Amino acid sequence: MMASRAVIARPSAWLVWGAVAFFLINLFGLVAYVVLNSFSTQWFGTWLPDGLTTTWYTTAWNELSLFDVLVVTLEVAIAVVVLSVVIGGPCAYALARRQFPGKKLLTVLFLLPILMPPMTYGIPLATVLYKFDLAGSITGVIIANLVPSVPFVVLTMTPFIEQIDPKIEAAARMCGASTAAVFTRVLAPLLIPGMLAASILVLVRTVGMFELTFLTAGPGSQTLVVSLYEAMFSAGIRAQQAVDAMAVIYTSSMLVLLVIALRFVNPTQLVTRLKETPT
Amino acid sequence: MTATLEKPPRAEEKAALRHRLAERGIDRVLLLLVPGVVFVVALFLYPVLYGLQLSFQSKDGGGPLANYQKFFSDSYLFDTIWITLRLALPAALINVVASIPIAYRLRGRFRGKRLLTTILVVPITLGTVLTAEGLIEYLGPVGWFNKTLQWSGLIDEPVRLVHNYWGVLFSLIITGFPFAFLLTLSYLSGIDPSLEQAAATLGADWRRRFTRITLPLLAPGLAITFCLTFVLAFSVFPSAYLVGLPQGETRVISIAAYEAAFRDFDFPLGSAIAMIMAVVMLAVIGLVLAWRSTLYRGATGGKG
Repeated sequence: MMASRAVIARPSAWLVWGAVAFFLINLFGLVAYVVLNSFSTQWFGTWLPDGLTTTWYTTAWNELSLFDVLVVTLEVAIAVVVLSVVIGGPCAYALARRQFPGKKLLTVLFLLPILMPPMTYGIPLATVLYKFDLAGSITGVIIANLVPSVPFVVLTMTPFIEQIDPKIEAAARMCGASTAAVFTRVLAPLLIPGMLAASILVLVRTVGMFELTFLTAGPGSQTLVVSLYEAMFSAGIRAQQAVDAMAVIYTSSMLVLLVIALRFVNPTQLVTRLKETPT
Repeated sequence: MTATLEKPPRAEEKAALRHRLAERGIDRVLLLLVPGVVFVVALFLYPVLYGLQLSFQSKDGGGPLANYQKFFSDSYLFDTIWITLRLALPAALINVVASIPIAYRLRGRFRGKRLLTTILVVPITLGTVLTAEGLIEYLGPVGWFNKTLQWSGLIDEPVRLVHNYWGVLFSLIITGFPFAFLLTLSYLSGIDPSLEQAAATLGADWRRRFTRITLPLLAPGLAITFCLTFVLAFSVFPSAYLVGLPQGETRVISIAAYEAAFRDFDFPLGSAIAMIMAVVMLAVIGLVLAWRSTLYRGATGGKG
């Protein structure tokens, strides 16, 4: 069967592989161009740059105060991850274990912040945060980023909790475990994969989240994506190579995060699980 | 004495009520929902409703619908809907259609599948800015792409591919394709391969197997994939600024909303545009989902 398909579908197979190759070659060229440019002394209209240097990374580090930006990014990301797991985890447990009236409505309420583009609710949200004097600070950025993250944790963790047999909990109770003991000794160890998966995905999303951070961040509370955007937007005053160097730093940190995430989560599985939640 | 006599039935009643509620699924476990629900209501529902309410108050006075009238009468604002749809619909369609054959090829087990999947997913990590920088440099007039085309003699003058419609479209494809591909692949691997094998034993060639078996089972998943990539593309914001022509060809609706709210500080108008944006997006998704509800959505026989 495999062999017959391979023989019959040969022209279409070549077409598909050709298209993939074309996409990947251009993608590779695009990334390589930026990486090469970030290391180049000067590059105007030739095939390759005039010379190689690493000074642009020092420039980016000093001029764009990259260290502070990275600290802010880390603070925001960790706060969002911890808070969203703490708020979303119990919710996921209740949704996984109980059937109750209004559950569909609640699921829709949790799906909306994920499905709506951040721009649509981000503008009213930023307006509200400005009204309460929360925007323009790290607190505001964290709150804004929590809005899609909490529902995301709920939806990612629910299937993980559903997989844990309720009989295990019942058995622990039978043996005299208190609620706290059931949680710390039984549920928490079994839930670690789910919590890790949810945390890492939230981390990737938060580090990459542009719109909400952009709308709520002030001068001292920009994360890496936003300051990168600002650097490119006001590109006239900065060498393109410095912006490229910063973009390379951003992308490599995202790549590290994604590789870690892929070790814990199989993306295809995750999507199939998400599919099962009613939309 | 009387008190002790009266107490037991009352406790029973209480227990019965609790019991009846528990039978419907309401018990103390639901208290765990409280923090999450309070959070979503306070920080998602309230701002959205506040924005909706704000959108009916015009900055310059006028009726409750003044902001909406302004939007629909000012072609500079109104046209952003079409500009956005002209970008988002083709981008979502290309992403979904292109991911079908690739996912179809990749669904079986073979060596290097994990590597290839990882490579196809890498664009997620690029971020808007590196994509934008890369597009500007790589597709620019002196970039490698134009240089290769000129060197091979296909064109004489460099093609203009950035700072216009095409730049934003490419950026949307680069960032949106991985999502579409991953979703399609997962839906496709949820379809039991033995269904297709059965069709093959009955003499169907691969084309018929694809159009009669795989595609109908895949279609509901494709509808969801289309919706998700459409949402991503519809809310395009940074790349429209960076690789597009933000005051002309690619003045998408989110730029209009952002500029109204945070450049002109007209929060009511900004909220109104955000609401219009949500409505247009929901209308497109509603249409797709309505079409999806006419499709077969039973078991696909697979693990999914």
